[in-house]
Amino acid sequence: MRFLFKTSYEQDIRLAKHGGHVLWYALLCLALLAAPWVAPEYWVAQLTFVLIYGIAGLGLMLLAGFTGQFSLGHAAFLGVGAYTQAVLTGMGWPFALVLACSAGLSAAVGVVVGLPALRLKGIYLGIATLAFGFIVEEVFARWESVTGGNSGKAVLPPQIAGHALESTEAFYFLCLGLAVVCTLGIVNLLRAPTGRAFVAIRDSEISAQSMGIHLAYYKTLSFALSAALAGIAGALYAHKMQFISPDQFSILQSIDLLLMIVIGGLGSVHGAFLGAAFLILMPQLIALGKDALPEAIGQAPGLQAVVYGLVLIGFVLFEPMGLYGRWLKIRTWLQLFPFYRKGLFKRQKTFQKSDRLK
Amino acid sequence: MQFLQLLVSGLSQGCIYGLIALGFVLIYKATETVSFAQGELMMLGAFCGLVLMKLLGMPFWIAVVASIAAMALFGVLLERVVIRPILGQPAFSVVMLTIGIGYVLRGLVTMIPGFGTDTHALPVPYKDEAVQLGPLVLAAEQLAVIAATAVLCVLLYAMFRYTRLGVAMQASSQNQLAAYYMGIPVQRLNGLAWGLAAAVAAVAGLLLAPITFVHANMGFIGLKAFPAAVVGGFGSLPGAIVGGLVIGVIESLSGFYLPEGFKDTAAYIVVLLMLMVKPNGLFGERLVKKV
Repeated sequence: MRFLFKTSYEQDIRLAKHGGHVLWYALLCLALLAAPWVAPEYWVAQLTFVLIYGIAGLGLMLLAGFTGQFSLGHAAFLGVGAYTQAVLTGMGWPFALVLACSAGLSAAVGVVVGLPALRLKGIYLGIATLAFGFIVEEVFARWESVTGGNSGKAVLPPQIAGHALESTEAFYFLCLGLAVVCTLGIVNLLRAPTGRAFVAIRDSEISAQSMGIHLAYYKTLSFALSAALAGIAGALYAHKMQFISPDQFSILQSIDLLLMIVIGGLGSVHGAFLGAAFLILMPQLIALGKDALPEAIGQAPGLQAVVYGLVLIGFVLFEPMGLYGRWLKIRTWLQLFPFYRKGLFKRQKTFQKSDRLK
Repeated sequence: MQFLQLLVSGLSQGCIYGLIALGFVLIYKATETVSFAQGELMMLGAFCGLVLMKLLGMPFWIAVVASIAAMALFGVLLERVVIRPILGQPAFSVVMLTIGIGYVLRGLVTMIPGFGTDTHALPVPYKDEAVQLGPLVLAAEQLAVIAATAVLCVLLYAMFRYTRLGVAMQASSQNQLAAYYMGIPVQRLNGLAWGLAAAVAAVAGLLLAPITFVHANMGFIGLKAFPAAVVGGFGSLPGAIVGGLVIGVIESLSGFYLPEGFKDTAAYIVVLLMLMVKPNGLFGERLVKKV
């Protein structure tokens, strides 16, 4: 059992709460750094995808999990980043500059969406972002001179200091570095006044406003930051796939992103990466399970959708805090070992807060 | 003349959007949540009709009534088994839940071997007939859609206006807690609202089937019904139908007069404009909370 005895406010927002944190995260970093030497290339590529989706999930988590603004069109930001990256890399610009442009342009689009969305709440915001996602997807498909239309566009490997990064390992390290930078950035943002303002807006807009938080500014900022992260993820995604087409940024992709953060655990930074890992591992697990099932079920085309749906339903019904919530329970059980009480995490039922009366 | 022809085909398409939007609004009014599985319920209704007619050889009208009844039962069951346990949780949980239900339904239908992945034609008695109305030529399928929507609207109106059940539903949609205090069984009414929404979705599916064929992915049309619901005002039943008609007509006209690409996005451009100008929709009520 470990007791954290806090004696100052600084202790409350420290990045590492105790020595154990430092140890475990250092071990995780070492494992991730060592991965290309010990794991086969296929798994390194999968890990790269986890990192890329993790960055995108981090963005959506900031918007949905911490500011309480749901976006059903997040794949559009991913697409903006990816296409910017593809076009500018094609013009021979260096990687760092191109990445900055992709993130910047996505953030700008995020502001454009965020401003009109200020008046909208709940499901209306969802439908507005859904509509935005559809329109952007159509723009990708129609603006053939830039995006190559439905036939897609090839993407060159990233250029860093005159070298093209072509090997799986090199690109993995690039993604790893960016993921670490983004995560640290978000974690620091969340313990700063900005992040606390976001959380206050999520919990109650009225009380946040009455505490002097400028709603319009922080909501737009949240959209911009979230879009910028999605833009970075889109840029990396474009390089990883080496080929992009509009249907990679469809509404289904947006829903996948949402599914990812809900399964990972809404409102936790860990959740973004846990969800990403889950989303990437899921098809592999299904492929493994296929052979065990009778042929009529195992080979059916709809199996994956059914499993996805059931997993999502299961998480919403039984584990609303997602994978991270499950881990929290296990950790608490270990920490409190002989004294864990069964109803410790039981949710209290409240009367539904009306969306209409706001 | 071209214009009138486009108008009528837009109206008939709009009726479909309106019927799906009606499902959203019924559920939204009763339970304040939005069902993303409405399109899939529609697809299921169409498949239900197909099975009854083709495999079991039921006559058309009996099959229609049976599949509507079956879907209503399915809706009630769905609410009881899946939705009710998370009553009182944030609305977003229900949205994710219904997205999950949509995935499962679509996947399950596709898993039926030799049936789910193919496109089927629903054998309806009025197939391939056309009606000459002055200079207009109307397909019987389109007329059937418009007529059935009108009948359904009258029925729903009568139900909400004249039956105890309808009045109770109205009361609980205004204020659940107050209705509960007045002895209205709010929980059971929520189940009924889901059943009603599923039944309406089944009607939409059966009407759409002769026009676009029955297919596992036909439910994606449900995403087009969101704009319809928003344009009409999310909490208004007549608004859903009007919104659907508006979206249908705009889509049909923009497909003809505007450059390619506008047809598919017209609905979404309209909804964005609507949300900016009048977020409550054409018929939406404006409720203000007093602190």
